[in-house]
Amino acid sequence: MRFRLKEGGRIDRAQRLRFTFNGRRYEGFAGDTLASALIANGTHLTSRSFKYHRPRGILTAGAEEPSALVQLGEGARTEPNLRATQVELYDGLTAAGVNAWPSANCDFAAWTGRLAPLFPAGFYYKTFLWPASFWKFVYEPTIRRMAGLGRAPEAPDPDSYDKRHVHCDVLVVGGGPAGIAAALAAGEAGARVLLVDEEATLGGALLGQRHKVDGVDGAAWAQAAAGRLAAMEEVRVLSRTTLFGYYDHNSLSAFERRTDHLGPGTPAGMSRQRLWNIKAGRVVLATGAHERPLVFADNDRPGIMLASAAQRYLNHYAALPGERAVLFTNNDAAYEAAHDIVEAGGTVGAVVDCRHEPAAPLAPKLEEAGVALHTGSVIAATHGTKRVRSVTVAKLGEGGGLSGEQYRIFCDSVLVSGGWNPAVHLFSQSAGKLAFEEARGIFLPGKATQALEAVGAANGSFGLASCLAEGAAAGARAAEAAGFGDGTPPPTPPVEAPEPGAITPFWLAPGQKPLGHGKAKHMVDHQDDVTAADIRLAAREGFRSVEHVKRYTTVGMGTDQGKTANVNGLAILADALGKTVPEVGFTTYRPPYTPVTFGALAGRDTGPLMDPVRRTAMHEWHEAEGAVFEPVGQWLRPWWYPRPGEDKHAAVARECRAVREAAGILDASTLGKIDIKGPDATTLLDMVYTNAFSTLKVGRVRYGLMCGDDGMVFDDGTTARLGENHYLMTTTTGNAAHVLEWLEEWLQTEWPELRVYCTSVTEQWATVALAGPRARDVLAAVAPEMALDTDSFPFMSVKEGIVAGVDARVFRISFTGELSFEINVPWQHGRRLWEALMEAGAAHGITPYGTEAMHVLRAERGFIIVGQETDGTTTPHDLGMDWIVSKKKSDFLGKRAWSREDSRREDRKQLVGILTDDPKKVLPEGTQLVETRGQPPIPMIGHVTSSYESPTLGRSIALALVRSGRARKGETIYAAPESGFLPCKVTEPVFYDPEGAKRDG
Amino acid sequence: MLWIDCPWCGARPETEFRYGGEAHIARPDPATTDDAGWADYLFMRSNPKGVHAERWMHREGCRRWFNALRDTVSNDVLTIYPMGTARPDAPGDEAGGG
Repeated sequence: MRFRLKEGGRIDRAQRLRFTFNGRRYEGFAGDTLASALIANGTHLTSRSFKYHRPRGILTAGAEEPSALVQLGEGARTEPNLRATQVELYDGLTAAGVNAWPSANCDFAAWTGRLAPLFPAGFYYKTFLWPASFWKFVYEPTIRRMAGLGRAPEAPDPDSYDKRHVHCDVLVVGGGPAGIAAALAAGEAGARVLLVDEEATLGGALLGQRHKVDGVDGAAWAQAAAGRLAAMEEVRVLSRTTLFGYYDHNSLSAFERRTDHLGPGTPAGMSRQRLWNIKAGRVVLATGAHERPLVFADNDRPGIMLASAAQRYLNHYAALPGERAVLFTNNDAAYEAAHDIVEAGGTVGAVVDCRHEPAAPLAPKLEEAGVALHTGSVIAATHGTKRVRSVTVAKLGEGGGLSGEQYRIFCDSVLVSGGWNPAVHLFSQSAGKLAFEEARGIFLPGKATQALEAVGAANGSFGLASCLAEGAAAGARAAEAAGFGDGTPPPTPPVEAPEPGAITPFWLAPGQKPLGHGKAKHMVDHQDDVTAADIRLAAREGFRSVEHVKRYTTVGMGTDQGKTANVNGLAILADALGKTVPEVGFTTYRPPYTPVTFGALAGRDTGPLMDPVRRTAMHEWHEAEGAVFEPVGQWLRPWWYPRPGEDKHAAVARECRAVREAAGILDASTLGKIDIKGPDATTLLDMVYTNAFSTLKVGRVRYGLMCGDDGMVFDDGTTARLGENHYLMTTTTGNAAHVLEWLEEWLQTEWPELRVYCTSVTEQWATVALAGPRARDVLAAVAPEMALDTDSFPFMSVKEGIVAGVDARVFRISFTGELSFEINVPWQHGRRLWEALMEAGAAHGITPYGTEAMHVLRAERGFIIVGQETDGTTTPHDLGMDWIVSKKKSDFLGKRAWSREDSRREDRKQLVGILTDDPKKVLPEGTQLVETRGQPPIPMIGHVTSSYESPTLGRSIALALVRSGRARKGETIYAAPESGFLPCKVTEPVFYDPEGAKRDG
Repeated sequence: MLWIDCPWCGARPETEFRYGGEAHIARPDPATTDDAGWADYLFMRSNPKGVHAERWMHREGCRRWFNALRDTVSNDVLTIYPMGTARPDAPGDEAGGG
């Protein structure tokens, strides 16, 4: 740790930590970040850049870091693209820089940097155009491998995560001086306060400086304040927590890293990270400011860092940036960094100030210490490959170019400061308007949309005293708004700190050659390798909108969202367009402020807990029989029941044959069931179904289609009339909740005069479908008192009676085409009924069948499944189901829309059957159908909606929606090119028992 | 995340509710409405920048429908009012009345 000061800083020299970076072993101290430990060891080269693979180092000391991105850890716990500046050091840490292979020090793809002239803005859009198929297999994988940042872990995440929801009167974001003052003021008034800060300890900017508050070191004052806050009952402080999203109505989300600083997997049993969902009365944004880099030639070499970052590494981590530093600035405040280095015993070779007559208060002190001051000058070039070794300094001429002699200054670090950008990200996310201040070249919070206030540096008030004062005032006001205190801020402590001083905005330092010529790069966006020349090129190519330039050049589109790049890029664009910055406008900041892990967003809602699972009363029986399950909505339904040695195909064929030849039994409990009661129940049904229910007799059942008022089918099912004003409606499994909502919506909003109650009874009734020619014999054995002959129990009727010793409702309806009974019993008796039927049916060859066999059987019979044969653009007429549309009813939902021109088109897609000429070929569902064979592109005329191998017919069958399909019956069409232009016949969409002769057994 | 003041259950998060689109679009008499009028009823909606009258339903609560005025710029919910009542006045709401 050559560059570690012997004393000072806030690291714990008693605790040495070993770590490995880019394959080399290092040591650091407790309290270090990965970045500070590397700097203390003299290592600045961390990684390679995204596009040109240029050597990159550590630019910042915080969340805004664009370039020192690392892959942390190994195996299942590896995590890509973390900012080395925010990774807290722990013993045994291993990490490597991103974009480097085999290593950052010796990178194979660095040749791309030499080909840089071939990679202008929009390179990918302009180059990899043809052939299109190359995108998937050649271009994209190659580009991703070369430029893909880090790697995602491949094994399941071994850690646990959780979420909390919290309400507070006052949310303070940021634990710097302004945030602490706000939290103290609001907390002392008695409000419920939440203070969120992304660092390990409170203090914010105070941690990087030597300023004094209340007579003591600023960081020590922050620690004392943290103690006072911890003692307040209604105040909660969340450290290592990033407020990353500001949503509507003061709903915010924060990301807490609970154990990451302790190393992987420790302590056992504790959730690694936590998502906080916060509902705040008022929000105080004390998010501080980010120092902005200056844009100059080759400003991205390792060793070049922000002045404030160097100051933070020095004062907090006791690490010098190098042997000899040069400061390049346009403002007074940055002189403090150079001064601190000199005070700590380091060497500053020169201060380069682009202002012609700067009057920084610290300048005389620095000159006294032997630091050369170059005013009206810029860094015109930097030298060195894996570390900056020297800079060339030149005077700024009249026309904005260089003039006069150029000096070479040797150094191994360059401190840069272009001023400060208030961190307005969250303010912008909250839908607040930003305002541009010309004098300092900064965006400030303007008009707020939500109940919030920005204070301190986030509000453009960079002085320490004003940070404290604004924070305290905002905290007191926010507490008062919640009913605590009278809004009078408590007195703020005295400070010893310089005022921020003067600044002259400066956007682009000229290089030794005109911009875009020669090898030098004026880097604007370090993460995306976007240069000033790229932005100018975009302007020359005609891009005017900042949103377009952003997407074309990718400036600000990295994981850092351009925290260090955006304002510089915008100013350079404005200059190129001859406009002012406000005229060009600003892109909107979006969540998250810094990346958030999927683990934290998911919390405990993973695996079996991701979504509730609904199981029927017979579920354990199916499980014991080895059923394969299919998720349908949240339900698990038996898909098929393989016997030993059977595959899916064999099992389904056997189940289908059993239903056609003997008896099958299906768990149909998941069908939606809605109990409808009330004097106007019939009126409601007449309106929501296409057919009439007023003519339905008590004890009878009718199948109905439900359409929207746009005329499109959205559900189907049978409804039984149980009493004069009492119906039981069934819906498709996946649509049950939607149909109930549909009925309620009409009843509450359009027809409130109707006296009807709708109640979901899906989980009150277990349902068993008993189907097949022997179904009556099986049922008779368990329902001896029920008359089951066709005359006393005709098709489409319902009976109540005792089945298997239980009160039951039995419906004679069929979804297979065979004689079929759907037996409903109270849910808790479902298993008893099922087992009784299995026992009684044993002599008749009863066979349980799953949803796959059910689908095949219904397709053979030509019964549709809503959502499979329909897609929200399908009318009853398209399905050939005019027979179910009432001609007599003057009005019902859907009717009016069918007389619209589009509904009457002859060339609408209509439901037909499809038989492949080769009976063995089963078309994949979704197959596109064409009229002729030939070279694509060929117009599509439809698509296959259902397709199966039919055991009953001994060949493949399919249903399809085909343009003018009914007129094409008997014609040959072709399955899409992917299927080799298989010829198919268009047929009726019914393949089995078209006369319905089987339904009575 | 909006927080919506359900008239029956109080302020609850948006995820408990179903959005029902623009309010005050009555189903016209199909017998006397021409195709253009029917298309208007089915598909055409105002899209104001500012105060918008809309329907909500507290799906995971009382399951009751109600109307709301919401400012589409700030997302502030200005007023909640029952189904079947006329659109009330709202601050800065020029289209309001009755």
